[in-house]
Amino acid sequence: MTLEQILFGKLTLQSIPYENPIIMGAGGMMMLIALFVLGAITYYKKWGYLWTEWLTSIDHKKIGIMYLILSGIMLLRGFSDAIMMRAQQAMADGKHLGYLPPSHFDQIFTAHGVIMIFFVAMPMMFGLLNMAVPLQIGARDVAFPYLNSLSLWLTVVGAMLVNLSLVVGKFAATGWLAYPPLSGIVYSPGVGVDYYIWALQIAGVGSLLSGINFMVTILKMRCPGMTLMKMPVFTWTALCAMILVALAFPIFTATLAMLFLDRFLGMHFFTAGHGGNAMMYINLIWAWGHPEVYILILPAFGIFSEVVATFSRKKLFGYTSMIYATISITLLSFVVWLHHFFTMGSGANVNAFFGIATMIIAIPTGVKIFNWLFTMYRGRVTFSVPMLWTIGFISTFAIGGMTGVLMSLPPVDFQLHNSVFLVAHFHNVIIGGVVFGYFAGVTYWFPKLFGYRLNEKWGKRSFWCWLVGFYVAFTPLYILGLMGMTRRLDHYSSGLGWHPLLLIAAAGAVIIGMGVLCQCIMLYVSVKERNANRDFTGDTWENGRTLEWSIPSPAPYYNFAVTPTVEDRDAFWEIKENHVMNPNIQVQSHYEEIHMPRNTSTGFIIAVFSGIFGFGMVWHIFWMIGLGLLGVFATAIRRTFDKNTDYYLQSDEIIKTEEARARDNKLGDSSEINDEELVLV
Amino acid sequence: MISNMATTDMGHHDHREHHREVNDSIDVFGFWIYIMTDCILFATLFAAYAVLQGNTFNGPTLKELISLPYVLGETMFLLASSFTYGLVMLSVYKGRRNIALMALLVTFVLGLSFVVMEVREFMHLYADGHSWHVSAALSAFFTLVGTHGTHVSIGLIWMGLMMFQLWKYGATPAITKRLTYLGLFWHFLDIVWIFVFTIVYLMGAI
Repeated sequence: MTLEQILFGKLTLQSIPYENPIIMGAGGMMMLIALFVLGAITYYKKWGYLWTEWLTSIDHKKIGIMYLILSGIMLLRGFSDAIMMRAQQAMADGKHLGYLPPSHFDQIFTAHGVIMIFFVAMPMMFGLLNMAVPLQIGARDVAFPYLNSLSLWLTVVGAMLVNLSLVVGKFAATGWLAYPPLSGIVYSPGVGVDYYIWALQIAGVGSLLSGINFMVTILKMRCPGMTLMKMPVFTWTALCAMILVALAFPIFTATLAMLFLDRFLGMHFFTAGHGGNAMMYINLIWAWGHPEVYILILPAFGIFSEVVATFSRKKLFGYTSMIYATISITLLSFVVWLHHFFTMGSGANVNAFFGIATMIIAIPTGVKIFNWLFTMYRGRVTFSVPMLWTIGFISTFAIGGMTGVLMSLPPVDFQLHNSVFLVAHFHNVIIGGVVFGYFAGVTYWFPKLFGYRLNEKWGKRSFWCWLVGFYVAFTPLYILGLMGMTRRLDHYSSGLGWHPLLLIAAAGAVIIGMGVLCQCIMLYVSVKERNANRDFTGDTWENGRTLEWSIPSPAPYYNFAVTPTVEDRDAFWEIKENHVMNPNIQVQSHYEEIHMPRNTSTGFIIAVFSGIFGFGMVWHIFWMIGLGLLGVFATAIRRTFDKNTDYYLQSDEIIKTEEARARDNKLGDSSEINDEELVLV
Repeated sequence: MISNMATTDMGHHDHREHHREVNDSIDVFGFWIYIMTDCILFATLFAAYAVLQGNTFNGPTLKELISLPYVLGETMFLLASSFTYGLVMLSVYKGRRNIALMALLVTFVLGLSFVVMEVREFMHLYADGHSWHVSAALSAFFTLVGTHGTHVSIGLIWMGLMMFQLWKYGATPAITKRLTYLGLFWHFLDIVWIFVFTIVYLMGAI
């Protein structure tokens, strides 16, 4: 081994694709933005603030916000991949080859899938859980605040590794699930798949820890009186999703580990020779992958349930059936994985079993759809932004669900397998279900964390762009799929008649892009005009039903000055109906002391070392692997010697915070009235 | 509506003590859930082993490679270590720190013997040319057994740390909680090993 290999492993200067202007441009752009942000932090002397208030914070609300920021940034990256693919397919017909070489196109569709699922949807889901779950169950924090911070930073490190692969080396060109033998060392000798493996292993450990954390939080930290069947529906769906995380993610970890061993140590789990079985990988990865889509959609279902009840001013129709439907979906999600590869040849009986199991899932989902419709029926529906996303979801998701049931028939699937019909189907349920749901959730709970509402006008514009854009972009793909277009094509011959439809699809992507732009403007306008949209009551949508609306906005760092006791579902609605004094709004003369965790940098530092470890694993730089592992263990062990991990918040401190808040709200409230009077005059 | 369970008649100290006990039970529950996720990790590796164990690619089968008496010895070391760990917890509950330390040391030595024996077995197999490169069956064998061995090794590092902390801090509630975690982990690895022994070695020897 030369010195260079010891120091840099497989990494050489040739690993940086200087010759590719697109990659260099994108990398340069990212670098510029990063430099700009770092410069701004330095200029405004915010490093200390950033470190003490955010990077080391273990407050679930701040962690939730950081998850959302990660998700938002990665959405822009994943979306640019989407635009590039749509542009390539719109151009590359017949003798035109488009602007992307095939090897780059392959990396783009892989990165698009990986980023959208692991670094947009998952962080947004965990962000929403962090924002809402502890507040909904009347808890001070999650069960393991320090693990929560570790989970966040592991996810961030995973995302950073994926982005790093853009400039240093390559990303996988295998599709988002990296099927072997293509992803094996023989057919993918580069570092792309290694980046894939380690980005997802590190982020996956983060997700698994979060799953355990929220499961324990929901099962053990509910306020007095909140039995399971009195939990808000979002908390229920979060619980079921977290059970799925705990059951499914270990399979993912083990499967990726086996793929790694094949590549790194020359094992033969999934290789084409030596008795390896590539079909086992496909079974294992979908045994995780199918529950994974339910991990994403169940919390979205929960959000719709909260939103639809709040904005219809009615209690949710069929709470019990909603819960049982959620539980059925949770169980069924583990017996349908094979429908992702009916064509692999498992035999008619096996295919029939999984086909029928898949169709059965439509039943509990249908129950949910009808429950939402009946909640709206005879309600006083306010068409606010979260409600618009919900209504857009109900119709869009119903279509996506039906195309799914269509494909659950093995004979039909044999025709449609790996066609863009499938691509249209899963975007139909993921955009129409998961994305719409999470956007509804972010709009809905944003005021609870920031103290002001998001701008309605730009929110509505964004919704309409997304909705219209979705149909324009993906309806052509359904048609193209029926015409026989397979997925992941970087080029096709012009006689097929696909070109016009692909042009329409590209236009749809542009419309969705306008939706994303509207959301950026919405954020800017909302921050700028925050004083006009301030929430003084805590119950910003006026018809809040669950406990998170019973505390002020933004929520104080200890969440509940007084731990509530719950007697009914929709606990806050009951408080309002019965005109009971709410001690979390009315300042009390004495509070019980509150046990609080202290901020810690441990999670952040462990994550940084795991990033070093991951990078070393990708490039076979053994000193980095050692340093990373040592750092992870040493940091974790150091914390076990730290006895100063918590403190007690005393009554006078709480009184001070609560009084300051009450004063501010009163001032703000009266100034608003004065403004209105002035306008009247 | 709102509970204001006055703490006045239940001094700060008792209140905090009660709070800590509740928190500790939540923490241990969390560790149980972690153990269950680890169980699924092993289940996946067992499944992979079950699928691949016949795919020897004309290489030797496990039956030709293993020595059951040797593995039985290994097994005994691990089972005995689980028993001595039980003694650790009993003495911790009785507040007998030094006996607990002794029992921990015995557990450590037994665990270490297990790992050393396993490493020797692996080294022999490798030296005789029966490495994981040879076939899918051997890949699955080394991965499943090796993953268990890695867990035990991490458990040993952890045990070393706990010996130091128990010696330094005594059996405080925090240390007792950590020893409970380690105990759960250790007994869990014992159970996994019983499955490894049965499914890989005993059934492999048939």
